[in-house]
Amino acid sequence: MDLNLLRQRSPTRWEITPKGAMRVPAIIYASEPLVRDMDHKVYEQAVNVAALPGIVTASYAMPDAHWGYGFPIGGVAAFDPDAGGVVSAGGVGFDISCGVRCLHTGLRRADVLAVQKELAQALYTRIPAGVGSTGSIHLNDREMDAMLAGGAQWAVARGWGLAEDLERVEEHGQMSGAQPDRVSKQAKKRQRDEMGTLGSGNHYLEVQEVTAVFDGDIASRFGLAQGDIVIMIHCGSRGLGHQIGTEFLKRMAIAAAQHGIALADRELACAPIRSAVGQDYLGAMRAAINCALANRQILTDLVRKVFRDVVPQAQLPLLYDVSHNTCKVETHRVDGGTRELYVHRKGATRAFGPGHPDLPEALRDAGQPVLIGGSMGTGSYVLAGTRESEARAFSSACHGAGRAMSRHQALRTWQGRKVVDDLAARGILIKSPSMRGIAEEAPEAYKDVSAVVDAADAAGLARKVARLEPLVCIKG
Amino acid sequence: MPVQEPHVTAGAASWEHYAHGADIGVRGYASCKADAFVQAALALTAVITDPAEVVARESVAIECEAPDDELLFAEWLNALVYEMATRRMLFGRFAVRLDGRRLSGEAWGEPVDAARHHPAVEVKGATYTTLRVAREGERWVAQTVVDV
Repeated sequence: MDLNLLRQRSPTRWEITPKGAMRVPAIIYASEPLVRDMDHKVYEQAVNVAALPGIVTASYAMPDAHWGYGFPIGGVAAFDPDAGGVVSAGGVGFDISCGVRCLHTGLRRADVLAVQKELAQALYTRIPAGVGSTGSIHLNDREMDAMLAGGAQWAVARGWGLAEDLERVEEHGQMSGAQPDRVSKQAKKRQRDEMGTLGSGNHYLEVQEVTAVFDGDIASRFGLAQGDIVIMIHCGSRGLGHQIGTEFLKRMAIAAAQHGIALADRELACAPIRSAVGQDYLGAMRAAINCALANRQILTDLVRKVFRDVVPQAQLPLLYDVSHNTCKVETHRVDGGTRELYVHRKGATRAFGPGHPDLPEALRDAGQPVLIGGSMGTGSYVLAGTRESEARAFSSACHGAGRAMSRHQALRTWQGRKVVDDLAARGILIKSPSMRGIAEEAPEAYKDVSAVVDAADAAGLARKVARLEPLVCIKG
Repeated sequence: MPVQEPHVTAGAASWEHYAHGADIGVRGYASCKADAFVQAALALTAVITDPAEVVARESVAIECEAPDDELLFAEWLNALVYEMATRRMLFGRFAVRLDGRRLSGEAWGEPVDAARHHPAVEVKGATYTTLRVAREGERWVAQTVVDV
């Protein structure tokens, strides 16, 4: 991105002054090297979002922002229904409520190394992953609607998890306002056999070691210490969310014109929050959030069963579960007042600061855990929401490393077998049904996740707590 | 934008992939619009596996419609994504007939065989990013980015 297009307000805050159709500024949070490396499309997309009706304060791009669909991935924008605000399917994305869940294990590195191969094979065998895979749970119409209304609470009630898991999930495991009757038959059909499946692409399940602690006090409150072993699960609402995204993208592209909304890009497809299409989308999108929460809950149960068989001394309580593709109604302080806003986070993580009433009591003083997935060969991070994050970007932070190279280029650069062997030489076991998929997900195809979280920390979006590095990775 | 070497088939029809940050673009060229849609469908399959490895054991009929050519093209790809997902199939051969804003198509393929197809990634849906259906001189191009 050309720095001459931006006004630097601090070492990690860059502003695009309103011009043309922009209603508010666009603000990019990143270090200078990260901004330089960003695609110019991030600039265009942040500017386009700033022109949407009812947007409040600014259109934001997180340190991992890259070219997305209408909104940049790593984009945050809040809309006020009282000001004609809109809801956008492109502002949420196809994989609705894609997110990350982190489980403690009570194990240390040596415990895992003693059974590393056996554990990797058991996880690979028993966690359905990859194209065409199906879960062991097949939902009839009635159970499908119950799942879409109940989310992780539904899953726990059916025996896939523990009641104490729920306070460690955003929305306490159940997104309110879900309307299963707004979800099409096609979307439900696509999900019927996909509960408890990991998916493919950048989705994964990893066994990780805490290799560095940056804030001992918060790490302690999160129950993390150097050398601890944790599990990280990255996946979303599977076929149901993808189908809802597809269907509403088309409906909103047509609806926007009917409501007189001029779109700079068809992918910005949106509808007024207070319109039939807008309300239909919110009902369906919230049901998809519940689908993702239920899916990660079922995967948690599968992981616990594997550990019970392979490492019986392990205990797997939930640290936290975050979603990074959502639109949620939240109350925020704006210009000295309080407003109820529809906050879109597309490849961005909610990052409530200390004291927020939605956080579980045990974590409330520390701030919300913000779980950042890296690539399979590098590392992941746990951050914590900050008090100042609300004023920075409606309590939002980055979500991952972001790709540095296209899948096509990665495929031409690396061979899957060599990636597996190189990582094995570093003590990291990768299991996947597709060597081509591994090549496309090669560690070097991603940006430096450390630079991303350093920028998020420096910008005050979230505070760096701990670094995690993989020992086992299951890829779809 | 970097592109893959075009895959040329009969009648100078071809397909290719092009780069999009996190995802991948699919593009078909042909002497008529319907065949450009067919070529782009081959590019869609090639995101997942080698289309030549997919045996045409059974066929699936596809019907869709949309207000314009570009939305119709996205609808065609999304219909294929839906059929692949719900039938757990891959497709390696396609036919398309266009009648104004309506499309009647057919896709031939077989159930996913992970050991033989080594599927790299599942496609979530066709986006409207770089969506374009247009005539370029003597040939038609149909393209968009698919989310994986």
